[in-house]
Amino acid sequence: MAEKSGADILVECLVDLGVEVVFGYPGGAVLPIYDALYNHPTIKHVLVRHEQGATHMAEGYARSTGRPGVVLVTSGPGATNAVTGITDALMDSIPMVVITGQVPTQLIGTDAFQEADTVGITRHCSKHNYLVKTPGKLAEVVHEAFHIATTGRPGPVVVDIPKNVQIATAPYRKPELKVHPSYRPQTKADAAAIDSAVEMLAAAERPILYTGGGVINSGPRGSALLRELAALTGAPVTSTLMGLGAFPASSDQWLGMLGMHGTYEANWAMNQADLILCIGARFDDRVTGRLDAFAPNARKIHIDIDRSSINKTVDVDLPIVADVASALDDMIALWKQRGHRASALGEWWARIEGWRAVRSLDYAEDGKDIMPQRAIADLYKACAASGKDVIITTEVGQHQMWAAQHFGFEAPNKWLTSGGLGTMGYGFPAAIGAQMGNPDSLTVCIAGDASIQMNIQEMGTATQYRLPVKILILNNEYMGMVRQWQELTYESRYSNSYSDSLPDFVKLGEAYGWAGIRIERPDELEAGLREMIDTPGPVIVDCRVAKLSNCFPMIPSGASHTDMLLDPKQIAGVMSDEAKALV
Amino acid sequence: MHIQEELSQRHVLSLTVSNEAGILARIAGLFTARGYNIDSLTVADITADHAISRITIVTSGPPKVVDQIIAQLERLVPVHKVTDLTEAGPFVERELALVKVAGVGEDRIEALRLADVFRAKVVDTTIESFIFEITGTTEKIDNFVGLMRQIGLIEVGRTGVVGLMRGKEAV
Repeated sequence: MAEKSGADILVECLVDLGVEVVFGYPGGAVLPIYDALYNHPTIKHVLVRHEQGATHMAEGYARSTGRPGVVLVTSGPGATNAVTGITDALMDSIPMVVITGQVPTQLIGTDAFQEADTVGITRHCSKHNYLVKTPGKLAEVVHEAFHIATTGRPGPVVVDIPKNVQIATAPYRKPELKVHPSYRPQTKADAAAIDSAVEMLAAAERPILYTGGGVINSGPRGSALLRELAALTGAPVTSTLMGLGAFPASSDQWLGMLGMHGTYEANWAMNQADLILCIGARFDDRVTGRLDAFAPNARKIHIDIDRSSINKTVDVDLPIVADVASALDDMIALWKQRGHRASALGEWWARIEGWRAVRSLDYAEDGKDIMPQRAIADLYKACAASGKDVIITTEVGQHQMWAAQHFGFEAPNKWLTSGGLGTMGYGFPAAIGAQMGNPDSLTVCIAGDASIQMNIQEMGTATQYRLPVKILILNNEYMGMVRQWQELTYESRYSNSYSDSLPDFVKLGEAYGWAGIRIERPDELEAGLREMIDTPGPVIVDCRVAKLSNCFPMIPSGASHTDMLLDPKQIAGVMSDEAKALV
Repeated sequence: MHIQEELSQRHVLSLTVSNEAGILARIAGLFTARGYNIDSLTVADITADHAISRITIVTSGPPKVVDQIIAQLERLVPVHKVTDLTEAGPFVERELALVKVAGVGEDRIEALRLADVFRAKVVDTTIESFIFEITGTTEKIDNFVGLMRQIGLIEVGRTGVVGLMRGKEAV
């Protein structure tokens, strides 16, 4: 068999694996791979401006298309710059394969130029990683890397390839898929557990479906089956930040997001439920609030593909280790076979309506300032009116929570946000990645004035590839969430949370060849947003919003679901040290 | 404010893993990253083709934490199987120690007498010292070392615990 170089083997593997887009940045230790990609007929390479941008683009691409995102960076600083995005993908279970160049094998360990211990650094922030020391192993490793990244609980896999391995040759044959000796994720649920779950659900008087990102990772079928189960049982549905869109916000059964900035009805329903069916969520601390007061009277069923997520923070009555779609499929089949009907949940829904009547997402408007919540609500209206397929990404902070609260998501894979790691700088590159994977969609990054600056250099990338992404900055001249916490817990001592020396975002847009729009008054909002959507090509919008708005409702640190703050008047000036010590 | 800690229990975990580069770092790192304890850890390959290693870890933690440790270990791609020997039924655990003791006269005789009681072997001797080789449970070795300390303990090397389930089955 004719031999190929490691670089050619890698590229051939990518083709065999159906990779269409690679987000990357060249450098000394990946020059052979870049040469193999030169004028490649099927693989499109997106040249980023910073390697962190590449990782978030890959995440955005993956989350919006369901296909793994691929990153290619050089050794040393290329790899270390990718670490934040790799960690982000691990926390949010995003399938991603990161190929890093490495110094040649004979120089490893000598502190060579641009050497970093990439497998050491990424060992605990990746699902798995490899250092490939011979081209003969490369094909097998790359195929296995994609398999591991995309199956079970998805996550990032790093493949570190020394430069001499890229140049040395070996025969290439597409490896056959074999059963891995130790990696065999459980996707099919135990039949007895499904039986118990169905009976518990049928007998429940106050059930609630608590759903998360696992539903979306399970594919479109996961969302479809969730909707079917909700219809069959008549149970209310709430979701984590990561799960938004799996269940339609327009449904009567939708309670909104739960947790720290969740709705009053979602959190009270969780607290008062007698049965919680957790589907692909992980009882994160943002969701549970104070653990000893979390859902005290509920029996809990937990469906998760990752056994280590079960009983990690909250003890459950019935663990089900399985892929969401597979488990829901089994549950629905058994529910129908048993002839179960939706229970009479009238009393339960009456209580929920009582909580809904609190209207916890309402906000006051003075007519002078644009309320950030209004900006999101109007964006939602404008997007819906455009008739386009809409993908929303966010950065991290107040704007992210307002987007989660006030934008209605109807379908999965349309909401891209950094949940677990909470990475400022995620949203804009994620929008670029999503736009690459969905060229005809309207992709809007909702950002804050501080977080947009964390990866703002990627404006050049959008310009270069003519990607018509829109950035909507809710500009309040603060790191708003930091400022809000300082107001709540540190008697309004705003230590370093003011965004001084902000750039003129409109001029910045123009400098990069974008259109720039500034919206300053409430009466400009609707037209400004419409202009953003209607303007072809990339647009940056500097929307000046009320400076000191807080994100409510809010469960403060160390409080339970029933201790929600609904408005600023309830803020206590000083917190106990115990509460301050919580994140 | 004070930080409170929960009561811990000792568990012996037996793992089979692919014998590949970095596996020990992966496992040790998991323990540090998630704040778990390692009391001892041993590793050696156990198959004719050197493909599989057994790692024995003695850890301690509240039951919920130990359960989480096992789940996290099982999640690692090269980990084949994790068995909690402490929970799985009767098992044998052994540790080997080399114990250097110095002394003359009556101390020397007493050291030999105690070594005999503990069935420790003399593997090196000079006029003024012995090195004893002793195997047994961690507790037995602790006791032996404790007695030698009163006589003239110089230094100790211990292997950490290895363990297997009793009976004819593999874990």
